[in-house]
Amino acid sequence: MTARPPAPNAPPFQLRKKAIDMPDLLIELFSEEIPARMQTRAAADLRKLVTDGLVEAGLTYASAGSFSTPRRLALTIEDLTPASAATREERKGPRTDAPEKALEGFLRSTGLTADQLEKRDMGKKGEVFFAVIEKPGRPAAEIIAEVLTHAIRNFPWPKSMRWGDGALKWVRPLHRILCILSDEAGTEIVPLDVDGITSGDMTEGHRFMAPDAFSVTSFEDYSAKLKRAHVVLDAQERADHIWADATSAAFAQGLEVVEDKGLLAEVAGLVEWPVVLMGDIDETFLDLPPEVLQTSMKEHQKFFSVRNPKADKARGGRIEKFVTVANVETPDNGATILAGNQKVLFARLSDAKFFWENDLRIAKAETEPRMKPWLDALENVTFHNKLGSQKERIERIAALARELAPVVGADPDLAEQAARVAKADLSSEMVYEFPELQGLMGRYYAEAAGLPPEVAAAAEEHYSPLGPSDDVPTAPVSVAVALADKIDTLTGFWAIDEKPTGSKDPFALRRAGLGKIRATFENDLAISLIRLLMKDINGAAFLYARARGASLKTKNEDGTTTVTEYATAYALADEFPESFGRDKTRIEDLYETGSEDLVYKHDLDKPFPNKSEAITEISEDLLSFIHDRLKTFLKDKGVPHDVIDACLAMPGNDDLTLLVKRAEALSETLKTEDGANLIQGYKRANNILTAEEKKDGVFYELDPKVKLAETDEERALFAALDAAEAKITPAMEAEDFASAMTAMAALRAPIDAFFEAVKINAEVEIVRRNRLCLLNRIRTICGGVADLTKLDG
Amino acid sequence: MAEATTKPASFQEIILRLQAYWAAQGCAVMQPYDMEVGAGTFHPATTLRSLGSNPWAAAYVQPSRRPTDGRYGENPNRLQHYYQYQVLIKPSPPQMQELYLGSLRAIGIDFSLHDIRFVEDDWESPTLGAWGLGWEVWCDGMEVSQFTYFQQVGGHDCKPVSGELTYGLERLAMYILGCDHVMDMPYNDPQSPIALTYGDVFRQTEQEYSRWNFDVADTDTLLQHFKDAEAECTRILDQPHDDPKTGRRIVMAHPAYDQAIKASHLFNLLDARGVISVTERQAYIGRVRALSKACADAFVQTEAGGWTHAENTPA
Repeated sequence: MTARPPAPNAPPFQLRKKAIDMPDLLIELFSEEIPARMQTRAAADLRKLVTDGLVEAGLTYASAGSFSTPRRLALTIEDLTPASAATREERKGPRTDAPEKALEGFLRSTGLTADQLEKRDMGKKGEVFFAVIEKPGRPAAEIIAEVLTHAIRNFPWPKSMRWGDGALKWVRPLHRILCILSDEAGTEIVPLDVDGITSGDMTEGHRFMAPDAFSVTSFEDYSAKLKRAHVVLDAQERADHIWADATSAAFAQGLEVVEDKGLLAEVAGLVEWPVVLMGDIDETFLDLPPEVLQTSMKEHQKFFSVRNPKADKARGGRIEKFVTVANVETPDNGATILAGNQKVLFARLSDAKFFWENDLRIAKAETEPRMKPWLDALENVTFHNKLGSQKERIERIAALARELAPVVGADPDLAEQAARVAKADLSSEMVYEFPELQGLMGRYYAEAAGLPPEVAAAAEEHYSPLGPSDDVPTAPVSVAVALADKIDTLTGFWAIDEKPTGSKDPFALRRAGLGKIRATFENDLAISLIRLLMKDINGAAFLYARARGASLKTKNEDGTTTVTEYATAYALADEFPESFGRDKTRIEDLYETGSEDLVYKHDLDKPFPNKSEAITEISEDLLSFIHDRLKTFLKDKGVPHDVIDACLAMPGNDDLTLLVKRAEALSETLKTEDGANLIQGYKRANNILTAEEKKDGVFYELDPKVKLAETDEERALFAALDAAEAKITPAMEAEDFASAMTAMAALRAPIDAFFEAVKINAEVEIVRRNRLCLLNRIRTICGGVADLTKLDG
Repeated sequence: MAEATTKPASFQEIILRLQAYWAAQGCAVMQPYDMEVGAGTFHPATTLRSLGSNPWAAAYVQPSRRPTDGRYGENPNRLQHYYQYQVLIKPSPPQMQELYLGSLRAIGIDFSLHDIRFVEDDWESPTLGAWGLGWEVWCDGMEVSQFTYFQQVGGHDCKPVSGELTYGLERLAMYILGCDHVMDMPYNDPQSPIALTYGDVFRQTEQEYSRWNFDVADTDTLLQHFKDAEAECTRILDQPHDDPKTGRRIVMAHPAYDQAIKASHLFNLLDARGVISVTERQAYIGRVRALSKACADAFVQTEAGGWTHAENTPA
């Protein structure tokens, strides 16, 4: 594979006809190597800061473009106005005979002195002060210098630093500021000085291939000279070049490059002059899992993986080669560079292979249970300092997964077994080295251990979904473990009061909440959330007491008080069973029953909640959090807010699947004409009824009698309500919301006709009451489907 | 760029060339610190001297110990005892990168054949309470040095900023000399009457220390030593600045810092013995950091740390 320089091509901006007297601006900030991940954003920030500043100062321009390389940010602005226009502003002030205070305020706001004000006679209104503020136009260069200095000093780098004995902050030491204005008459340097760095028209080429400084006269001149000095200014052009060369080199050998856009962008930010080189992976490593090869090469060396699609078709091809991108052309066409890279790869993959083989030895060992050393090691892995070790957590998840198994159609033994081994790979050497391979390695190792395929799959799938677009697991055992894992995470963090607030969600609890909703709903699982949470919350309630400082207050004989914190007693119970052990048992007993002697650590007069109060608090709080997540989830699916509220207000709102089905059915119904109009009819009925009930101080809840009906429309409504109820009741029992709501929507015509023809407040009282009871039937039948009063409009 | 120099023949020649190069750039060539440390950064010529306003330029080899990296001399790259080459210049000169590249040329790296890259790498030392921004420097995809602009050390802002270079000597030398296993690397010139490889010098000690580090070191003793060093460090710093015997102001920043270094290394040994749980780990690191910070606080109260009588004597 030989190096090929980028093809010389046109500068990114087409040559164009120059507008007369409208200069172009070129800025380059030349520094030591800028981290690849920050370059694109920095180029955009430079453009925004400068163009916003220029426009604010009264300049206009035709177009602007920004660029980045590892050593420079560049900005070109075309057809800039040569100066800002003069402005004149008149401001009316107080009357000349107004109190001194008013004048002072006016002077302050205008920045003038009293003798600079004009007095004008305003006739009836008397004599009034006027301020005339004239701002002369300013030349572009002056404005640019000001704006650029401000931009440099206030640049939003994610991380910046000082160097030498200066105070300026930049991402890495800043060496040159190139700032020129050019028009047909020539090029002028825009003078500015930032902490001793003065502007000029000079820049430098490639660090090794063309290190000398040179001057430039315009953007066209700049980008052409840079290319001659082995710098491709445009990151996209570098990325395109890399991708084109890499894919054609692979194609020539019947191979394909594994696409990785993030890596491509990063690599394009590591070079000014990309030279693509393809090399071999030593045969001894080709049996490693492809994900391991890919991750190791990408993370450590920023290599692309090259796949042979014809080998190992079961795994979708075998990774056999790599592509690296050098920043330099060499007389040996990159042979030395490639050899060096290959050597580093050999050492890296030797490590990976060592980890893999060590891990497989443990996975295949005939221990009981399988992978016992890893499971034991999880005891020492802290999940969170208030939530104990991974091992304790696994105990909780295993119990919960077992509980969930029948609901999701999984075998309880398999679900429990899967939960117990799902985190085993966290102790493996490979996951220690590459945390991003967690779960995936779990699957490989569970397979190697000869565990059932459902268990191996759960090891990988129980982390899903990680993001909103990820697939949710569907295999029952995976679903059981995934749900158990997420429920435990949520209840645990709620118990210790580490809830997400505002933009802070360090433990990704919102994601866990959403993942749970999706795993429940997309698998069509009817799981009563509260019931499940309660199971887990019993354990969480004790975490709650420990984390929030539950303490036992004991009165001594001498009148003093001893305070024992539950967390302390818990920690020391095994070591000192006679003292702390007894205290622990006593505190736990009192927590069950509730006692005035149980108080907060920081406020000995404040009683600590008992266990059932704690459980209620955690679960209600958590349920409302889950409902918030659900609203977000449904809103993304196009279900409006008020529809969700109407469904949340119904009993059984702790069953997510039910809730989603109800909301979707209602949302669909409201889209039909009948549905939308029915709501109006329903609201009318409800409003009249509520007002009359309030006035009369009674509830009209008796069965209305058809024999008291006076009109055909009234009788038709009786019949329609009977027919609707006959359909709605069984549909609701079967949780068939769509049918129930269709039946409900069918009431629209009879209700409308009824209101059209019938006066509710009939003169005969018995007829009036009967009609109000009829309205109550509308309310009851429709209100059983969803709380329609919550709907907007 | 100037022509590259000839290739060195041995591990020691690379060290000698670096010494000569940095001496020629005006650095004080110092000797290793006579205590067990995990990295060249711990040498007081780096940690303490990066504090305060006095200019400084030093270069030195520092034997470094990382007990957890021991592999009984069998791994081609990993050692529990190895050498770092360390350079610290304060304030960092504008041409720091060029000076660094000059050192690579001095040890035989030809820039027309190799691919040198500065890849983002922010440095942070939790036990020193220090951080900086910079790069790991790659030669043909291999990390050959770390290059850092110190921003904070021992909780103090670095003003001026020091430029720090750390070369992993074994790895760098193996690459230049073309060796695949560290133990096969020529230590002195292979043409010498008594030619020695790195293995001849260090294979046995790697085995001895690996065994001791992992299985034999007495953890109770180590724990006690840790506590002792911690207590002694605090006790030293609690002494009044004015020495009652000589009547002079003597702030004992260095003796206290020795104890902080000791505590840091004892923590590494305890870690290698696997007796420190994940939660305890943080607590230990915090304790060492507290010592480092206290030493930094003391150092800036010394003349080397920029303290002057004029500024601090009440008028």
